[in-house]
Amino acid sequence: MEKFVQIQSVGQTFDTKKGKFVALRDIHLNIKQGEFVALIGHSGCGKSTLLNLIAGLTKPTDGVLLLEDREIAGPGPERAVVFQNHSLLPWLTCFENVYLAVERVFGTKEGKPKLRERTAAAISLVGLDHASSKYPHEISGGMKQRVGIARALSMEPKVLLMDEPFGALDALTRAKLQDELMRICEATKATTVMVTHDVDEAVLLSDKIVMMTNGPAATIGEVLDVKLPRPRHRLTLAHDPDYIGYRAAVLEFLYEKQAHVEKQAA
Amino acid sequence: MSALTMNVEFGAKIPVDRGIEQVAVVEATVAPAKEKKMEKIVTVPAEPGTPFSERLAGFGRAVLPPLLGMVILIGIWYIATMKGGSIPGPLQTWDAATALFADPFYQNGPNDQGIGWNILSSLQRVGIGFGFAAVVGIPLGFILGRSAFLSAMINPIISLLRPVSPLAWLPIGLLVFKRADPAATYTIFICSIWPMIMNTAQGVQRVPQDYLNVARVLALSEWKVVTKILLPAVLPYILTGIRLSIGTAWLVIVAAEMLTGGVGIGFWVWDEWNNLKVEHIIIAIFVIGIVGLILEQSLILLARKLTKESS
Repeated sequence: MEKFVQIQSVGQTFDTKKGKFVALRDIHLNIKQGEFVALIGHSGCGKSTLLNLIAGLTKPTDGVLLLEDREIAGPGPERAVVFQNHSLLPWLTCFENVYLAVERVFGTKEGKPKLRERTAAAISLVGLDHASSKYPHEISGGMKQRVGIARALSMEPKVLLMDEPFGALDALTRAKLQDELMRICEATKATTVMVTHDVDEAVLLSDKIVMMTNGPAATIGEVLDVKLPRPRHRLTLAHDPDYIGYRAAVLEFLYEKQAHVEKQAA
Repeated sequence: MSALTMNVEFGAKIPVDRGIEQVAVVEATVAPAKEKKMEKIVTVPAEPGTPFSERLAGFGRAVLPPLLGMVILIGIWYIATMKGGSIPGPLQTWDAATALFADPFYQNGPNDQGIGWNILSSLQRVGIGFGFAAVVGIPLGFILGRSAFLSAMINPIISLLRPVSPLAWLPIGLLVFKRADPAATYTIFICSIWPMIMNTAQGVQRVPQDYLNVARVLALSEWKVVTKILLPAVLPYILTGIRLSIGTAWLVIVAAEMLTGGVGIGFWVWDEWNNLKVEHIIIAIFVIGIVGLILEQSLILLARKLTKESS
């Protein structure tokens, strides 16, 4: 499907104590089914705001967002979110955290054994069978984020939304989870939108990189189609001229074209 | 009432703890093998390795200062009452206490019962009044925490009534119930309900937005939101409210019973004053303190147990 998610002239204005603050303006973007899209930009450019709009957690002040030609009116399990800080409920085990989501989505149609099976499958997918009965505070940050991903995937969402999911992790753990995410997205063919500020992450994972101008009143600056064949391997890509080219293009956008705005703000 | 400050203290503690935990875990590697190793280090207690003398020293450090404090207190009391006078010394009080506690559950008619009965009937009043306060106050706190409108509507009323001494309500209670006993219970209800409402409401307002976002993305039913997210998140605040309520209730019951009479530790104190048995009044002061301490400590233990399970 060519226009799975459509974002049409969307703008977002917040009322603050100092008056109106325009966070986003004139956002036009179409996302294909099965596509992996990265939103990249300097901090404060409204990339998380855009993700929240797709999630339905906030409503746009202008324009409209569509999923499969239907307006996004509010949050729902068809657009699962992996939050930046994992947001697992600390009083539930990893299994129960995922089960809560599974039960909500499939509970009306399927019996308990099937629901438990789905939960276990989602936890296996992220390689956490051994930690299934542990509480979030008993596992590492990377593992928590994997449970967050398992919870999102277990709902079989139409769109997987990720808000800097690996931002708080160390470089090695991040690389490992990026590889896992690539494997999972290829296996499930999930349509994914990921907010990131990591150039390598964006180029490695995405089919399309949406580069945003600096806020306030941020909008889409450039869209880069990443046509690297899959499956991708970070080691081979490191010397790939195309990869290096894409990476340079994103860096150029962020540090040349958008750098002056940041200086102004500073 | 230090409801607010206590709450801040209690509430602040949890996020800080979690923060530290998180940092620690993030620093740990993901490799499962190492994970297990780390856990082992954490769970193996240091006790068996430490020599006996060190453990004895630790025990001494924990027990010696409070013990010394008690000895000094009794010493001052002893010296102050050495020359005689109207206040009995520690030895006289001790003799009276042994006699008193030899038979704490005697019954000589409604106005002359053992100290055990007096304590129990005070506790019963506190229990009933406090129970009603919990039944009314916790749901009310939830509603106030969830609805900004209701909270704006009711908060001024609570602010107005909260500083009123619960004893000021006693005459109203007497008027309504026509009997002393329910009036005292009702006073306990009034004084217990404020911390309960305010702490619960504050807990509900402080539920992290992340958890509520999870609920919104999953589109959970209101029932699931309450049972799976709100209740566990608010539980520590409710327990703080309960602890503060019990503390206040135990303070107030003594005064209320002095005024209403009947059976109860407060009435007993007043009765012994009328009989000029000052030793018994001093004993009562200790007993009231000890019971209050036990109530407080057992609730702290309960809170620790429940929040450990839920965190």
